[in-house]
This record gives sequence, C-alpha cells and structure tokens, in this order.
Amino acid sequence: MSTVHTHAGHQADTHHDAHDHHGPEKGWRRWVFATNHKDIGTMYLLFSLTMFFVGGTMAMIIRAELFQPGLQLVNPMFFNSMTTMHALVMIFGAVMPAFVGLANWMIPLQVGAPDMALPRMNNFSFWILPFAFTLLLSTLFVEGGAPASGWTMYPPLVLQTGDAFPLMIFAVHLMGASSIMGAINVIVTIMNMRAPGMSLLKMPLFTWSWLITAYLLIAVMPVLAGAVTMLLTDHYFGTTFFEAAGGGDPVMYQHIFWFFGHPEVYIMILPAFGIVSEIIPTFSRKRLFGYDAMVYAIASIAFLSFIVWAHHMFTVGMPLAGQMFFMLATMLIAVPTGVKVFNWTATMYKGSLSFEPPMLFALSFLFLFSIGGFSGLMLAIVPADFQYHDTYFVVAHFHYVLVPGAVFAIMAAVYYWLPKWTGHMYNNALAKAHFWASTIFVNVLFFPQHFLGLAGMPRRIPDYNTQFADWNMVSSIGAFGFGLSQLLLVAVIWQSVRGGVKATDKVWDSGMPHGLEWTLSSPPPYHSFEVAPEVK
Amino acid sequence: MLKILKCAAAAIAACLPAGAAFAAWELNMPVGVTELSREIHGLHMLIFWVCVLIAVVVFGAMIYSIVKFRHSKGAIPATFDHSTKVEVVWTVIPIAILVGMAIPAAETLIKIEDMRGSDLSVKVTGYQWQWHYDYIDHNVNFFSRISRDSDAARQLNSGIDPTSVENYLLEVDKRLVVPVDSKIRILLTSSDVIHAWWVPAFGMKKDAYPGFVNELWFRATEPGIYRGQCAELCGYDHAFMPVVVEVKSKQDFDAWLQAQQAGDAPAAQPAAIDSQSDNASATTTVARAE
Amino acid sequence: MTKRNHRSLTRGLWLFAAGSFVFGFALVPLYDVLCDVTGYGNRSRLAEASEVIESPVTDRLVTVEFISTAPTVGKWEFSPAVRSMEVQPGKLYEAHFHTQNLRAHSVIAQAIPSISPLQATQYFQKTECFCFTPQAFEAEQSREFTVRFIVDPKLPATIDRLTLGYAMYDAKEGSG
Repeated sequence: MSTVHTHAGHQADTHHDAHDHHGPEKGWRRWVFATNHKDIGTMYLLFSLTMFFVGGTMAMIIRAELFQPGLQLVNPMFFNSMTTMHALVMIFGAVMPAFVGLANWMIPLQVGAPDMALPRMNNFSFWILPFAFTLLLSTLFVEGGAPASGWTMYPPLVLQTGDAFPLMIFAVHLMGASSIMGAINVIVTIMNMRAPGMSLLKMPLFTWSWLITAYLLIAVMPVLAGAVTMLLTDHYFGTTFFEAAGGGDPVMYQHIFWFFGHPEVYIMILPAFGIVSEIIPTFSRKRLFGYDAMVYAIASIAFLSFIVWAHHMFTVGMPLAGQMFFMLATMLIAVPTGVKVFNWTATMYKGSLSFEPPMLFALSFLFLFSIGGFSGLMLAIVPADFQYHDTYFVVAHFHYVLVPGAVFAIMAAVYYWLPKWTGHMYNNALAKAHFWASTIFVNVLFFPQHFLGLAGMPRRIPDYNTQFADWNMVSSIGAFGFGLSQLLLVAVIWQSVRGGVKATDKVWDSGMPHGLEWTLSSPPPYHSFEVAPEVK
Repeated sequence: MLKILKCAAAAIAACLPAGAAFAAWELNMPVGVTELSREIHGLHMLIFWVCVLIAVVVFGAMIYSIVKFRHSKGAIPATFDHSTKVEVVWTVIPIAILVGMAIPAAETLIKIEDMRGSDLSVKVTGYQWQWHYDYIDHNVNFFSRISRDSDAARQLNSGIDPTSVENYLLEVDKRLVVPVDSKIRILLTSSDVIHAWWVPAFGMKKDAYPGFVNELWFRATEPGIYRGQCAELCGYDHAFMPVVVEVKSKQDFDAWLQAQQAGDAPAAQPAAIDSQSDNASATTTVARAE
Repeated sequence: MTKRNHRSLTRGLWLFAAGSFVFGFALVPLYDVLCDVTGYGNRSRLAEASEVIESPVTDRLVTVEFISTAPTVGKWEFSPAVRSMEVQPGKLYEAHFHTQNLRAHSVIAQAIPSISPLQATQYFQKTECFCFTPQAFEAEQSREFTVRFIVDPKLPATIDRLTLGYAMYDAKEGSG
C-alpha cells in the first residue's frame, strides 16, 4: 500500500487553478469528442447502467414466463432469444463496461497520472460500444428473430440463426475490439504513468487487479473473435471448421470458445476482488491483510484460468485423463480464491468496522460470492457434474458469482467513489434500503435455483414439469423484487449528481491512509495530477 | 446486521437435505436407481458437507468479526497486516481437502468410464425435437416424442392447465424399454444440432453430436419408469423432448422385444413434426441450405 | 519521452492481441495434435488409410458394432449389412454398408467416420474405406460399400467393445 505525500494533491490543485481554460468543452462536444478520462469513465458507467436495465428487462421477461408452468407470454423461440440476449447484454454491455468505466475514473487517480495514456483511443473504445449494442439489439427486429442459441453460440445450432447471424457476429467483433483497446489503455497507463515512487507493489489493489485483467482481455478476446469469425466463414463461405459433414468438429468450437470463456469469467471477477480489497480495509480501519499474497493470488487465478476451460464441457465425451486433469486444475483455483476470502476476513478481524453502504455491499459480496464459490467447487467434481451440468444448479452458481459477486462489487465501488466523483454525499438511508432490498431479493431469486437444478430442471427451458412450479414462483418473485430494487440505485445516483451534503476530500473519515485519489478534492479538478504527486 | 446473520443461517438451513416431505418443494438431488447414481449422490453429499463445514468456519469468522469489532462499540483497530505462518496454513489446508475430495471422485469416474461387459446396446439419435431409439442387435427402432396431452397443453395460451396433465412435459408416445439389472450401453449421436440425453435417476448425462458417436452406460436395479429431458439447448422446442425409460424385468423385456419384432416394421423416417404451427420460419427448420 | 514509451508499449500490446487472434485459428490444427498426444483420438486421422501388417492375437476377442446415420431426412438409405461382429485384434476384417440415394438426381456423398469409445480411435485402423473419398451416386442408385479394418492388438484391455459409426452427408460443394 502506498503512503501518500499529502501535499501533492494540493499542489496539483493549485496548478490546476492557474489553467481554468482547460475546463470541459460545452454541450455535446464534451461527450462526443471526450478525451478526459473522467468524462469517458462517466459515459462508460452510464452506458453500463443503461445496459443493466436492458438486460434486466430481458431477465424479467424470462422470469415472468417461468412464473408458472405452461406457456403464457412468449413463444419458445423468443424465450431462447431472451436468455441469449440477456447474457450477451449483461456480460458485454453491463459488467465489462462498468469495470472499464471504473478503471477510467480511478486508475489515473490511483496511480497519480493526469489522464489515461491513450485518450483518443479511449474515446474510440467507448464510442464503439453504443454501435455494437445498437447492432445487437436491432436483431430483435430482423427476420428470424434475435440470436437464440445461447450466448455460447454453439454450432451447429447457431448456424440456424436467421438474418440476425451476421449482425450478432459483427457486434461481438466490435465489443471485442472495444475491450482490447480499453485493456491496452489500462496497461500503458499503469506501466508508463505511475507517479514517482509508486512501484508496482505499492499500487492499490484495484489497479493491480485491473492490470492483470487487462492482460487476460488481450489474451482471450481475440480468440473469441477468431472463433466467431470461423462461425461466419462456416455459414457464408463454405468452410467446415465445425461441421462434421466437411470433416470439422463441433466440439472443437467449444474448446476454442471456453479457452476464451473461462478467462472471461475471471475478467468479470478479478476487478471485483480489487474493489473489495479497497473497501474492506477502509471500513475496518485496518490495513489490508497480506497485500502481497493478494496480488499473487490474483495472478495465480489468472494463470489457472487458462488451463481449466474444459470443465464447462465435461459431458462432451472426454478421455478419462482429460476429465481428471480438468477436475484437479479446477479445484486448484479454490486455493488462491480461498486465500483471498481468508485475507479479507483477517482484515476485518480485530479491526474497527463501520457499515456504510459500500461496506455493506462488500460484505454481501464476501458471503454470497463464497456461496457461488462453494457451488463452483461442487461443479468441479466430474461425476457430480454429470448431474449438475446444464441444469439450474449451474444457473444458480454463475448468477451467485456474477450478481452478488461482480455486480455487487460494482455497486460497492459506485457507493465508495460516488461522493468523490460528484462532490456530494448521497442519501445514506436510500442507499441502505437499496442494499437490503438487493441482498434479500437476490437470495430469494437465486437460492431456490439450486434446488431446481438438483431436482432435475434443465436450464434454458421456457416451460417445465409441475414439480418445479413452487420454487420457480419463489425465484420469479425474487426476480421482480430485485429488478424493482435497482430503481433505488438510480435514485441515489441521481440525487448525488444533483446535490447534497458536500463531500470532504477523504470522503470516508476512517483514518485509513489509502490511495492517491483521496488527496484530491471532491469532485476532483477536471485535470488532476498535472504535476505528478510524490509517493513515499 | 442481524439480518445478515439470519440470511446466512437461513441459507445454510435451506441447503440441508430435508426429508422428502414435499415432493414439489424438493431441495436435493434424488438418489437414483443405479449403483453409479448412488455413488454420485454420495459424492454430491460429501462435497456438500465439506462446503458446509468450510462455510461454518469462514462465515463464522466473518460474523464474529462483524459482531465483535464494531467501530460503533469503540473497537480499536489492530495494526498487523500479515502473518506468513497463517497464510501458509490456509493455503495448505484447502489443498489437502481438495486432494481428499479428488480421490473418491476419481474412483467413481473410473467406474463410469468402464464400458466393459455390456448386455444391450441402444443407439440413440437426437432430432429436432425428438429421440430415435435403435436396438442395434435386435432390429427394433422407433421415434419417441412428447405425448399428445403434454403437447396440447404446452402450446402458447393453450388454456389447458399443466397440473391437469399427468407427467406434464415428461411423457412420450413411445418409451425406451430396457431390462433391469443389465448393463445398457447408450450410443449417442445426432442428426442435426447438439442434444444431450439425461435421465437423473441414472446419474448420467452426455451430449449427442451430429456426425460423432458418444457413449454412456447404466444398470438400473429397480424396474420402473424414469424420466428426464434433453439437456443441451437445441432450438425452438428444446424444452419439449423428454427422455422416458421404462425398466422392465428381463422376462417382460424379452416379451416386449418379441412383440416389437413381430409388429409392423417401424418407420425409418421421423414422425412428421406437426405441432409447431407457429414456427415455420426458415430459422427453425431442420434442413439447412446445402 | 512518455509519448514514445506509450507508442512502443502500445504497439507491443497490439501485436500481443494479433498473436492471440492467430492463436485462436492455430487452435484448429493444434486440436488434432493435442488429440494425438493425449490419446483423445484424432478424428481426422480416422478418415485416412493406414498401413498395417496382420499379426492376429488369438486369445482375445473384441466386439465391433456398426452404426449408421443419415442425418438429412429423406436423402439417404444407409445401413450396415451386419450390426456387429466379433474380431481378433491384429486380423484384417471386412464389413459392408448398404447405401442408396433416395433422390431422383445424381449426388456426391461423403461418409464421416467416428469411433466410440474415444480412446479406441487410435487403435482402429482402416486399410480401405468408402469414407476416404467422396462417392458419386446416380439417381436412386444403390451401392454396397466396404470397409477393411484391423483392431490394433495394443487396444487397452479396458475396452472389449467398440463402435464404428458413419454419418452419410451430401458432400460439401467444392470438396466433391
């Protein structure tokens, strides 16, 4: 952790005051031609919030159809489109852009840099996204309907997609390009623009987790691009990469896809680890336990993520040795993940805890992500996986790690840094209401899905046997509650942007010497750290 | 904060395998009727209790910290920030637990993969959206698709209450029939997209690929009717291709087989897919332009 | 100063990304290599002739089953003449498949072979197979196809039965 030379921020401030003409442009030009990391970060976060509601609406349609047995609202094709689009929108539209937005806002502030290293590329990587998602969402209106083959896009089923097919592939290419550019920007910023004295092992953990995530992104997003390109040529140009009739192999697609897909899972959780590692020490008033171990744990999780991909496909028919290897490798991931959970617990142990909204979300993350981790461990046991695979047990598992995992961490980050961004404290009571509603409903929503899966309900089905009716109804009620609760988040953010009690520079008066961002005013000047601060 | 405690307690309590009091509020995996499915269930319960044990320790430590070290109660933070000894301990212990878990899992896996000594081979072909069964040494083969009752009730706004249909979505027009206490080898393939053949009571699930053959086996120890469904997204009617297996005594099975062989030669073509009146769009038809 | 640093690092990272893209495609041939190395069973080698010398093992019998699929409905009648046979490893055997083009026009067929269990793939050698090349059919023509094969005596003792499956497809345009 870094100890900050507190004069540095004020120097930067003074410096800034002399250059007021550097302020933001007026009107739409500020956003369309944005190169300022704070503006771009804001746009990323707002885009992510929008997509969170778009994907959430799809989830509501799914849960409404599953509210009771029988088909009441949508036909099976549209249902399949909803599950597919919900996943694509939430993964590539909500979770990943939220992390990139946080990276944009916070990494320059945390490493003491005036901006991201490549501001024009930053603008480009953001503005690709609205186009990509317009393209993707437009497939809802084309002949043959939106993609309905699941977000994994397995051939040969995906090749039955109608006119949506090329649009989907192109949208995935664009999202990939955006992510890669974002990742390059993060790496160059961290490697080249750290303030003097900030060695790698003094960086805040959020920055560390993003550095590793960015490398993962560059390593695997192009592989996804390759896989979907092969789908495209199989469909239009007569290649037979994945088509048995021409000597190809549909299983090979799954290997390539999950070679991307598993690191992708960690792309969505490593920054969350970083966020939680920032928040827990602040509100425990105690330094993070085992900083070095935390960094090494993230790195080893990232490494292991490349050698476990086939645990997503134990039922394809693998040789015994392959099944054993992927089972052991998968279980091994529990070790560094365990170290992280233990270290967070040890940080709280003998601390002095207070429970502001960011801490509440971080604690919820701790408990509920662990539950997702446990079900992950169960899924690693290959013989048991033969039962769990493609059932609601899997759905429950990955939603536990993604919703109270990744999404709660994002919300924790927003509640943690929002006063820094806007300069106003938000409505604490409303934020706590949002927390309790979210935490209760997320469990009502996803916990029963474990039971459904174990009882034998397959995933991705719009209708089910009546024995599954009761838990599905509970789950749907949880879903509606969770969906409505998120309107509170919008209210909190809206109020905080509009006004409120002025936030101090430190925002959280917990006496913890934490990152450089807290040496700046709240909100920070439009151009911060034009003179690099000094880190001791 | 009490609520967090309550949530966690409720969550843990909810995972406990309740006695099968309410079938509809089923919480746990059914035990199954093959030796392997019982072993798998055992592994499932073992790893579950291991998780519960770890959860009690870890969540206990978290809850203790949350309750005990509160700023509002004037707790003074300690200043330690690492302990190599402790960190080594909580790296090594999980490794030991995992190795302990991997050993029985590997033993079961080896049994699952041992295909020797089978008594009957059935070739199972997935179609969009029905199964085809072929008793390859007995010249008996037929299609098996969702029963008429279920099919009528499952149409969008059919007006038929699913609870009034027996085995809603889990009944077929013609079941796969196999003898009890025999090692049945299922050879899986597909004619179009990927399907997965799954009967929870047999503990086995495997994908069916077009152009390739996969296999799994089971040996049911009790006669009865066992139900499952396609477990890999296969398009429009993925939810509506049940797998129903009837396990008969060996004599009953032989009688059934003879009746089948004596009966009319089964059609080699899939039954006309007549119910998807609203999905005639090009995207869902079986054949692709070639 | 930093501008130049940025440029070289950025270029390096773009190259990394391009390398990953190429790697995605390289996974296609790597997949076969990996299948070979791990004994996964190289499916593409199944479609090639192998040269083997007979060396029968008299004290072991293995059952070979034949199954056939004609995925596209109404285009092919395709079935094995014998559903299964007992074979001695190391000895050359012959099996026949009956195939008929059900359509009123000529067409080129391609049979795709597959072995189950997977681990047996590398122990199943064919000296002659209709699946090696595309086969031409006249309208409604029937043909009898032959496959000659040897089960490698090194077949693991854990396998006592293997299944040779064929799927009959219309040959992709260009490959016929």
